Amino acid sequence: MKTKTLFGLFPLVVGLPLAAHAKLNVVTTTPDFAAVAKAIGGDRVDVTALAKPTEDPHFVDAKPSLILKLNKADVLIEGRAELEIGWLPALLQGVRNPRIAIGAPSRVLASEVVELVEVPTTLDRSRGDVHAVGNPHFMIDPVNAVLVARRIADAFCSLDPAAAEAYRSNLKTFSDRLDAKLAEWQKLLAPFKGQRVVAYHNSWPYFARRFGLQIDLFLEPKPGLPPTPAHLADVMAKMKESEARVIIVQPYLNRRTAESVARNTGAVVVDVADFPGAVKGTEDDYVKFMDHLVVSLANALGQSSAKKP
Amino acid sequence: MKTVGSFGLAGSAGLAWSLLLACTLMPEAALRAQETGQATEIQQLQQQLRKLQENFEETLRQQHRQIEALQKQIDALQSKTPAGATSPTPAAPGSPNEVKETQETKPAWSPTAPITLFGGQRNYLNLSFDALFAAGSSTADDIPHLQLGGHDPVQRGFTVQNLETVFEGYVDPYFRGQASLVGHIAPDGDFHFEAEEAYLVTIALPANLQVKAGQFLTEFGRINPTHPHTWSFVDAPLVAGRFFGAEGLRNPGARISWIVPTPFYSELFFTVQNSQGSTAYSFRGSGEHGGPEDNLIFGRERIGRETDRIGDMLFAPRYAVSFDLTENQTVLIGASAAFGPNNSGPDTDTQIFGMDFLWKWKSPRHHRGFPFVAWQTEVMARRFEAGAFALDENGDGLLDVDLPRETLWDYGLYSQLTWGFQERWVAGLRGDWVSGERGAFYPDPDRDTRWRISPNLTWFPTEFSKLRLQYNYDDRENIGVDHSVWLQFEFMLGSHAAHKF
Repeated sequence: MKTKTLFGLFPLVVGLPLAAHAKLNVVTTTPDFAAVAKAIGGDRVDVTALAKPTEDPHFVDAKPSLILKLNKADVLIEGRAELEIGWLPALLQGVRNPRIAIGAPSRVLASEVVELVEVPTTLDRSRGDVHAVGNPHFMIDPVNAVLVARRIADAFCSLDPAAAEAYRSNLKTFSDRLDAKLAEWQKLLAPFKGQRVVAYHNSWPYFARRFGLQIDLFLEPKPGLPPTPAHLADVMAKMKESEARVIIVQPYLNRRTAESVARNTGAVVVDVADFPGAVKGTEDDYVKFMDHLVVSLANALGQSSAKKP
Repeated sequence: MKTVGSFGLAGSAGLAWSLLLACTLMPEAALRAQETGQATEIQQLQQQLRKLQENFEETLRQQHRQIEALQKQIDALQSKTPAGATSPTPAAPGSPNEVKETQETKPAWSPTAPITLFGGQRNYLNLSFDALFAAGSSTADDIPHLQLGGHDPVQRGFTVQNLETVFEGYVDPYFRGQASLVGHIAPDGDFHFEAEEAYLVTIALPANLQVKAGQFLTEFGRINPTHPHTWSFVDAPLVAGRFFGAEGLRNPGARISWIVPTPFYSELFFTVQNSQGSTAYSFRGSGEHGGPEDNLIFGRERIGRETDRIGDMLFAPRYAVSFDLTENQTVLIGASAAFGPNNSGPDTDTQIFGMDFLWKWKSPRHHRGFPFVAWQTEVMARRFEAGAFALDENGDGLLDVDLPRETLWDYGLYSQLTWGFQERWVAGLRGDWVSGERGAFYPDPDRDTRWRISPNLTWFPTEFSKLRLQYNYDDRENIGVDHSVWLQFEFMLGSHAAHKF
């Protein structure tokens, strides 16, 4: 009740009329949560992502403008698996918004509803950037996206019970659409089951697991460290050995390194995104984003196997 | 609940049994006397007992049913893989791996496994330790006077600049707490330890207000409230050293801040702190090491001035605004001031005014924060009312020092450009200038004009370590030109720090 009153006060202070059914102001850390929140909230919510889809989500600047966005948020959706640890806590320290305090129904910690993989048994930074609670890139698995969508729908329903039915029905639409798509995507990638794909950074364990790919060769020698010639030589040898001919690179990564590795191994570099909106036409749409990812990967894998002697 | 319930029932049943036993063991005479009554009583008791037993069994049955129902629910939830389960391919490719992987990555705890105390958001306290060192040399004969910051490299060879332990965490639903315990090793080898900061911050105040209270660095500009290991240069800007002293302006006090409801970010801060001590240099300061030379300011001896009224406190207002020029460019502009008494006279005051400006561009496709360009500038002015001071050192009746009461104006600025030109590499260039309007006490190395140019190059192996090489060209009025080269290195342990803008 108290938070409601506070929220009501704010427009009065700035002299805006208080709308009878104000939209829920949803802030998400990354654009993948934003896309899912839009699918569930429809036009009943305003969604803002703090991170840009093209930038490295680990190293977002804690700009004061983001403090303001969080200050006005009704809902905060974050991954909470150390993905945002370098910047979100700094922002939240100044935000003074009790609506999104830890434990509030409108604070969604997405990683709580999924099972994280690669949880380190010991915490030791000599192994590079390890994430204490597991790999945080869980949204690149449609099954996890549905789990998170459910949690988001729960949050929306409890904050705006009047529209609960709409949120539930949007959730059903979203998960039905993903179910159908997932079958399609799995079919598309089925011919390449077990094939090895090279990535720059270990962002892909959930995706690889869902689609039966082997994405376990990285241009980074250790998470967070830039490629070294010795490591790249090792990667290239392993690529030739296992006939891996596809290297996937996100927009914020050094494409030149990937290109030189590709030249030496006869592989192709595929530009993929780990967030909706990083590739044109995938803005705010999780399904389109996954579709782009799967289709470009399937095409590249198809090409590379056609090239095989 | 379940166990408590059954124990309760078992207890009642036991009571009934003992009652029954007690009845049957009653003396025979008494039994005969009340034979009829007793028979009915026994019957009643037996009935009671039966009822209790029936109740007990019924409860057990209910609980069994409940357990079974719950178990079914659990099974159903476990077997149900959302979305994937309803798709035509019931087991997603790689599912067997999935199970195996999960088991492998989440091993059971064993006594030999190391216990992680800190990190991973599973503790009440975040603990981190940061160590900052420098090695280098300078042509100056008086390096401690050349370098104004208390954590600057101050000698040829190695300097332990800053050993900082930070404790941080949420105290309860109302407060967040933070403490920075800092030490450095002075050229004489003494280890100096300070409780640099220890404060609580409210997290649940209404109306966009926040209160910070305890011991903390005054919210003035951009350098003063931050710790040396977050700076882009080896040493403190000259203007900060001159106006705020070696250790920066910090004291016990309280600060309230308010996010102003403007369409862009803007925040008002108001700080009240004590105005005395070695960390209040331009105010009622005192010499850091307590020597007689340390107790002089601008030729005057610092006198004892007590805190007698509210006006003897230090007041520091600040207003900061920030907006994004484009998606990738941000500016942050602030205006700060600090007002308080100084102890060069019984009724003398100091005012410091400052403007700060930060512009930053960061690539929309940055990796690990690179590339970026940042330009930061601070301009400050100090009005210092200096008291009259006269001293007859040898007692010959002639004054050796005779300084009038006067107002001393000082100015200073630094401007720094940092360019993260490729992953892990930052090139920096800083210009420093400080000057004072000539006063009766002259020359005064604490007020004379001096300037400095500092190019540097930093390599960050990861965000937890850095290596920095810096050259300083110093030109001091009445002293001359000096060259210094410093190599700085840093490491950080413990919980991951979140970086403020």
